[in-house]
Amino acid sequence: MHRFEWMIRRGRLVGVSLAVALVLAASGCTTPAVTPTTPEPVATSDVVLASTTSTQDSGLFDVLIPAFEKAEPQFKIKVIAVGSGEALKMGETKDADVLLVHSPAGEKKLIADGFATARNDVMYNDFLVVGPTADPASVKGSADAVTAMVAIRKAGAAGKTSFVSRGDKSGTNTKELGLWVASKIPTPTPTVDKWYLSTGQGMGETLKVAEDKGGYTLVDRATWLSMASTLPGLAIAFEKDKALFNQYGVIVIPGSKNEAGGQAFADWIVSPDAQKVIGDYGVAKYGQQLFVPNAK
Amino acid sequence: MLASGAVGVWEIVWASIVLSGSATLLALLIGLPVGYIVGAKRFIGRRAALIIFNAGMGLPPTVVGLVVAMTLSRRGPLGFMGLLYTRPAVVIAQLVIAVPVVIAITAAAVASVPRELVSQARSLGAGRLRLGVLTLSEARMGLLAAVAGGFGSIISEVGAASMVGGNLEGDTRVMTTAMMLFSRQGQYGPALALAVVLMAIVIFVNVVLTGLQTSAERWERDGG
Repeated sequence: MHRFEWMIRRGRLVGVSLAVALVLAASGCTTPAVTPTTPEPVATSDVVLASTTSTQDSGLFDVLIPAFEKAEPQFKIKVIAVGSGEALKMGETKDADVLLVHSPAGEKKLIADGFATARNDVMYNDFLVVGPTADPASVKGSADAVTAMVAIRKAGAAGKTSFVSRGDKSGTNTKELGLWVASKIPTPTPTVDKWYLSTGQGMGETLKVAEDKGGYTLVDRATWLSMASTLPGLAIAFEKDKALFNQYGVIVIPGSKNEAGGQAFADWIVSPDAQKVIGDYGVAKYGQQLFVPNAK
Repeated sequence: MLASGAVGVWEIVWASIVLSGSATLLALLIGLPVGYIVGAKRFIGRRAALIIFNAGMGLPPTVVGLVVAMTLSRRGPLGFMGLLYTRPAVVIAQLVIAVPVVIAITAAAVASVPRELVSQARSLGAGRLRLGVLTLSEARMGLLAAVAGGFGSIISEVGAASMVGGNLEGDTRVMTTAMMLFSRQGQYGPALALAVVLMAIVIFVNVVLTGLQTSAERWERDGG
């Protein structure tokens, strides 16, 4: 998947440089004496940041990365947006210099297995349970997330609704599996439990399946806010429970190609400047904070 | 590698074969008669039809996926049927991709049947149906190519299958969509296992095709 991402990014670059060339050509026609101002060349090195599709879809990187590259102009960030599972794997294989993921258990395992030395808290956002507007499983008003999941399973087994899982080992999927464990429900499997669907796809596609199948799913707030207007069949069924917390951590990969760049990013993202960028993001557009910075 | 059947690799392979196989069968039901008419008959607009079907061979699967998904979506014109993210939806999308391939190859095969043969048969009093059967049997190598071409065009496509099928585990998850998923998860073992099976199927299809072509050439050279 990340190879495709590279190709897309390269494709974009080609597009951008074409546009630049066109503009230059056009301006060249009108003003023949163009004196190009050559800026002081800065030797930049690429830093590969492996992160999750949900973080990229939230748009946070569009403000965070320019801010970092302004603060540390010698580095250029390349984001590879994959599931947390593959992001962690890219840490193991040293294909990434730094990880920004939300799978605390997986992050701890990476360190325990000796592929990294430390992780730091960066920020958190939260998950929501969304489902059909009619709420066929009567999830609204549940005491906690566990009760909500039990209600969905009960209604699902009765054939009234379904639960659509990411099923892709992403941070969102990990969170969902943790909720089944906490509710003492044996982890459902699509082949046995007909009410439990597993898309193995990204959050956007999974939301579309949930809407079409009249089912519930677990979604991070940032993705929900950016997509809710295109999903009139879905509404928030349950939210604001501690169990739905989503902690992001940053991990430098020792021995990667650009470890120094990775370290610089990891140091910067927990700095007060970066934490402010994170805290301000989304307030103007959605009227609410998408990520709560909590670096120690 | 294939022993990593714990993740249901064979189940996924089987789903691929069943879905792409039924789409190919349906594509033949539609494509053979249409391809025969376009290849053998002379009518106004035949040239245009040939161009359209030949261009249709290059129909991007993602475009087909998008259009079929929009049509079958709850808010689409056929939304009441509740077909999106089901196996029939995958078959429909793959059918749309395979039909132009079958038509174009059939038409080319039928058109290459010597006209003298047909007119001779007609002069000997063969009826319309008999002529059709004769032409198709003369073009049989091309028809087998149509089968292989149609099947090959859909077994290895991923865009439409994931857009209209939703990659649902144990249901619409096929080899290509599963490979995307496994690779995204960093599970390269099962991804590679599926890659090997898919390559084996594609190579098998091509071996059959090449075998047919050479045996057809030999058959023609030896004067059949």
